[in-house]
Amino acid sequence: MLKTSPFHGRTAPLVRAQTWRRWSGYQMASAYDPHPDREYAAIRNSAALIDVSPLYKYRITGRDAARLLDRMITRDMTKLKPGQVYYTPWCDGVGKVIDDGTVTNLGNGAYRLTSADSSLRWLHMNAVGMEVTIEDISERVGALSLQGPLSREILSRAAAVDLSSLKYFRMIEGSIHGIPVAISRTGYTGDLGYEIWVDAKSAVPLWDALMEEGKPYGIVPTGVWGMDIARIEAGLIMLDVDYFSAHHALIEARKSTPYEINLGWAVSAGKGPFNGRRSLAAERKRGSAWGFVGLEVDWDSFERLFRAHGLPPQIPTIAWRASAPVYTPGGTQAGYATSGCWSPLLKKSLALAHLRKPHFAPGTEVHLEVTVEHRRELADAIVRKLPFYDPERKKA
Amino acid sequence: MSPPRYDAIIVGGGHNGLVAAAYLARADRKTLVLERRPMLGGAAVTEEVYPGFKFSVFSYVVSLLRPEIIRDLDLPRHGLQILPLESTVTPLDNGDYLASWSDPDETRRELCRHSPRDADAAVVFGRLMHHMAMAVKPIIGMVPPDPASLSPGDLAGLLKLGRHFRSLGPERFHALHKLMTMSSADYLDEWFEFDPLKATKSASGIIGTFLGPRSPGSAYVLLHHYMGEIDGAFRAWGFQKGGTGSISNAIASAARAHGAEIRTDAGVERVLTRDGRVTGVALSSGEEIAAGLVVSGLDPRLTFTRLVDTKELPGELLEGVRRYKFRGSSGKVNLALSGLPNLSCMPGEGPHLRGAISISPSIEYLERAYDDAKYGEFSRNPYMDIVIPSMIDPNMAPPGKHVMSIFVQYAPYALNGGWTDAKREAFGDAVVKTLARYAPNIESLILHRQVLTPDDIERITGLSEGNIFQGELALQQLFFLRPVPEWAKYRTPIHGYWQCGAGTHPGGGIMGASGRLAALEIMKSAA
Repeated sequence: MLKTSPFHGRTAPLVRAQTWRRWSGYQMASAYDPHPDREYAAIRNSAALIDVSPLYKYRITGRDAARLLDRMITRDMTKLKPGQVYYTPWCDGVGKVIDDGTVTNLGNGAYRLTSADSSLRWLHMNAVGMEVTIEDISERVGALSLQGPLSREILSRAAAVDLSSLKYFRMIEGSIHGIPVAISRTGYTGDLGYEIWVDAKSAVPLWDALMEEGKPYGIVPTGVWGMDIARIEAGLIMLDVDYFSAHHALIEARKSTPYEINLGWAVSAGKGPFNGRRSLAAERKRGSAWGFVGLEVDWDSFERLFRAHGLPPQIPTIAWRASAPVYTPGGTQAGYATSGCWSPLLKKSLALAHLRKPHFAPGTEVHLEVTVEHRRELADAIVRKLPFYDPERKKA
Repeated sequence: MSPPRYDAIIVGGGHNGLVAAAYLARADRKTLVLERRPMLGGAAVTEEVYPGFKFSVFSYVVSLLRPEIIRDLDLPRHGLQILPLESTVTPLDNGDYLASWSDPDETRRELCRHSPRDADAAVVFGRLMHHMAMAVKPIIGMVPPDPASLSPGDLAGLLKLGRHFRSLGPERFHALHKLMTMSSADYLDEWFEFDPLKATKSASGIIGTFLGPRSPGSAYVLLHHYMGEIDGAFRAWGFQKGGTGSISNAIASAARAHGAEIRTDAGVERVLTRDGRVTGVALSSGEEIAAGLVVSGLDPRLTFTRLVDTKELPGELLEGVRRYKFRGSSGKVNLALSGLPNLSCMPGEGPHLRGAISISPSIEYLERAYDDAKYGEFSRNPYMDIVIPSMIDPNMAPPGKHVMSIFVQYAPYALNGGWTDAKREAFGDAVVKTLARYAPNIESLILHRQVLTPDDIERITGLSEGNIFQGELALQQLFFLRPVPEWAKYRTPIHGYWQCGAGTHPGGGIMGASGRLAALEIMKSAA
């Protein structure tokens, strides 16, 4: 039996075509409309309200809470100030990524970890001998993501907090229509946006409050399909889609280090001991065998493939999640793409890809395998640095 | 210090002029755009007419903006952001409605409610129109060859065109012939039985022309609508964030990024020539600016009879320009609203308010609207294409308030007795009164009303006779006949003087194709 989110009572009647999906064992909306066009557009134009409750959430307290997290993640916990949030990967002992998520310093020695996959066992394994309390609060805490250029205006009206000073990747506590919440300036869209954390018991009134305040600003309940396009534009990776967890991978070749999935920036070279440190230091020194980059499909070559059949180019309305081989112009395999989409905003066909050295340098010309009228064909593509889209308002 | 000399000056900062400027600047031509008004865009402008309420004053949706222009100029990086406009609802006189939604299955079920036969026919009709649009699409992207010329370039172009049409096969070739000659009502009669469906579809065949749905030739304009649909794959159809002025600004930003200079409040009075050759322009202020090329984005009448001395031009050309039909037939009413209209056929708020509302209950309704105009009056019960931009982009109006854009046809330029302030208000009243039949609360919501007649459109934008396409999209003035035979390749008889507005092939709509083709032709001629 799939679980339902604490917002289910409000979201379920809105899913017009019964387009549901599984997300961490929850039944969640792929889209509320039959097609995600308007929901995606809200992320880039007004504000999208996304139920992200299926994220795993842990509250970690006790004298050694920071120490535990510091041992686990690749970023330096000693620098995480109260009210600050890290986005970070964490690795196994040889530097292969297990998962990625956020760590929030809640103040008073309390921390919150969010992850895509269950992390309870790993937390406990790393906490041996430490004085910590690890609580799985996944089901006790509901989470809504409010993303888009008008999200700040809506939240400013709704919440009894001063949002003007809430910087990117910072967290603040307050209330919305009397409901206690934590608001972090985070999200999975690469746009201006916030995530709101609430006691699951107050989930429905919170939804109602945000929908009411958001109405004059064009708020749109948005499902995973809409968010998926935005996260590809923002170059944000997804566990089990773009990379395998070191804990899931059946073969060694499926594992990746942070450097190989474009998260090298989140590995702190100077911090104390942490899982995978030695291997990652060695990799930093010798350079990585793989890079994770963006691919921009050349439209003319794409159009030509379809024109040969008398067709206009066919563009998917939702993002694709499949492995597509990537070749050098000479025909040897350079790597593989793992997800992609048509960007309604950039008017480009985009993909995220793992490419072998030296093919991951921005500007490199490659060929991406596409299926055109039942045939495998090759479209020209250019390697781009991620993200594809990075509006100023995200951090402003 | 001698004044700067430009390779090219573009007269008029409408979207085609800006596109031409961007392409010329991209090819390293020192380019200057001169716009008479304080803002860029021509008929694609957004203005805050009433405090807090932004109107796409004239042109209001994007359908045909060429994908190659979006890519070549990287317009998304410069602010192009097209939002989905998802539905069309036609309120019917019996209190029911006809809707088309973004989901084809929903649309089919809805049509089934009115005519199961039409629901099936619509699928096959859609396929044929797809093929028709594919057939005509290459023409939109080519400089028209002159069929009367024997030059190798023209012959090659004609040959290519001939091969293209032969490749269509008989069924499609015949359909194309029908589209070129029939009225939209007759053409749609061959396919459908439900009158409001025919009326709503035929409406796209009359926009911007002085034709009724029963006038021969109106079927072709239908096809222009479907052209947007095939590029639907590219999803360049919808509502520009910030209104159509934001498209103009995006193109201007791309042009500037390539090095073009753009000046507003700089109306060109004359194009200067010496010995049959362009030397520059003179502004209304008296300032003179030298340039090797001058490209007019204005319509053919202004390009050939106002900007230059007619003595410089051959009589046949001037006669052709005189015959060229403008006959503005549409008006625009923009409303600032305190709340949302309540449609009797679909009460309350709903997804229908995020799409178009079409006042086209029957073919007869549209034809009678045309009859009024035929005899020199505005339609007492006009055809209206209504959108509420603030439902799509909340920034267009203060929170909770709305703007409504009403495209109205017919409002003849040559109104009996001429347009006066009283006539304008009477026209505005007719529009609001007609709408109130379908949305009874509309009058109580109006905070501000802007009424634009063809006379106003001409006065504000300069478009002759207020024709929104710089001249009718009628068959006798399309392709190698646009604007006049032998001068359809963006050239003029004056050396260095070019045309790039919608009055040239393929013209009309926020397409940009005229501007692009003109720039490419200019660069080819200089190469």
